[in-house]
Amino acid sequence: MKTEFILEAVKAVNTALLSRESEIESLDRAIGDGDHYINITRGSAVIVGIHDELASLTPDVALNRIGMKLLSTIGGAAGPLFGSFFMAMGKTVKENGGDTLPKIAAAFAAGVEAIKSRGKADLGEKTMLDTLIPVAQTFTKLASQGVERKALFDALKQAAEQGMLSTRDMVATKGRAAGLGERAIGHIDAGAKSSQVMINAVCDLVLSKK
Amino acid sequence: MKKFINNVDNLLAESLSGFAAAHHDLVSLHLDPNYVYRAQKSKNKVALISGGGSGHEPLHAGYIGYGMLDAACPGHVFTSPTPDQMLAAAEEVHSGKGILFIVKNYAGDVMNFEMAAEMLQFGHATVMTSDDVAVENSTYTTGRRGVAGTVIVEKVVGSLAETGADLAACQALGDKVNTHTASMGVALTSCTVPAAGRPTFDIGDNELEMGVGIHGEPGRRREAMRPADEIVTDLVAAILEDFKARAVRPDKGGEVLLLINGFGGTPLMELYLLYNTAARLLERQGITVSRSLVGNYTTSLEMAGASITVCLLDDEIRKHWDSPVHTPALRWGK
Repeated sequence: MKTEFILEAVKAVNTALLSRESEIESLDRAIGDGDHYINITRGSAVIVGIHDELASLTPDVALNRIGMKLLSTIGGAAGPLFGSFFMAMGKTVKENGGDTLPKIAAAFAAGVEAIKSRGKADLGEKTMLDTLIPVAQTFTKLASQGVERKALFDALKQAAEQGMLSTRDMVATKGRAAGLGERAIGHIDAGAKSSQVMINAVCDLVLSKK
Repeated sequence: MKKFINNVDNLLAESLSGFAAAHHDLVSLHLDPNYVYRAQKSKNKVALISGGGSGHEPLHAGYIGYGMLDAACPGHVFTSPTPDQMLAAAEEVHSGKGILFIVKNYAGDVMNFEMAAEMLQFGHATVMTSDDVAVENSTYTTGRRGVAGTVIVEKVVGSLAETGADLAACQALGDKVNTHTASMGVALTSCTVPAAGRPTFDIGDNELEMGVGIHGEPGRRREAMRPADEIVTDLVAAILEDFKARAVRPDKGGEVLLLINGFGGTPLMELYLLYNTAARLLERQGITVSRSLVGNYTTSLEMAGASITVCLLDDEIRKHWDSPVHTPALRWGK
């Protein structure tokens, strides 16, 4: 994973989020407070805006810088969660390197662990983690098996999609809809959706490369 | 959407600048990172810092001044502030006796204040407010939300801090006031987050949302519109049931503070009507309403609706509620 790829991924994520505005907003208005889309795109736009600064950094430092910037830009729950994700990912790349798929998978999994511990949440609570945990597990498993790139990233897209959809039938015990009890059933969590959009965008970017 | 806006991205900075100019005798403003702090720095006391999303004005910056907060960190509309704001505010106002953060129990606020606290170099403690009884099944959730009762916590603890009390004492009193306080709200209309440009939720002309949060989050249930007395009866019953369930039910003849809080779009005339009913209901239960506050103290932009807060008074809480306070939004005795 090179800094150049991180920068391309940042742009791809920003573009993908912008194209899904109405979908993410309507999910958040249904069982949240309606600010999720505004917050995450404020974050992604700011990261796109520091492109030149990031370009001169090594991947681990760039990831950490992205985390710090998101932490001081987004606010809400998304700021600490995405901030912690990127800072943990940067730390893991710094310690273990990030030049092979298993190493990138390990860094991604460390990022997801950081979200779990910051948010004190886990699988099945109707949050972004219902998208991210299955992706991290699939990524770690398939990368260690040496599955070829196309099959691996297709599988990640599928894991994200399934995870996102799984939130529809959940009662929320953490996150935006935690106060709603059974009223949240039938609605997909907006954070699970935006995470799926982001994972999808990065996977498509990888798949578009030779 | 019809609002007084020049550019939605500048709304917060322009509003904060106006607030600081209008109350320059009491507060000063720092932009980027955004925080508001006392114009006259206090000495040798625990510094109280609160913060949260904007759109709840006068919460929190309106409560900066003698007898209440030392600083407040406003986030974007309905979005918690970021840790760098809390760290900068703490640097500005600490005077050697530590920092007490007062945080409403919302996931975003909790996480951002938590990260700020982890990075903070001097002594600190946190009081988490969680007075909203609307959230049921609390064992399955992240817990109750902090709403209008936060104002009472800030007032009472702010008074104690002025006496030179230490951090542990301030935290203990804050926790006690929170335990003694219960609130529940009802919305008649939605609110529109300026950056979103459309109402947060849809609600019919003949509907109300019982147990709404202060960001227009759904509450207990959607109901048909009813006479005010019936709505107040349900709110007061929910509050008293909550005290009972937590074994802090007021004694016969026990005194309470009754706060009727407007969400921003309901006129005072209606708020006083609510007070009239709520006070009578409480008196009928043998509870003495000896202190009152009626007005827009914790708003949700232009949402029509109101919340009822009951705080059980004891000698300590009453004394610190009555003590002098001088802030932009709350002032008496000084």
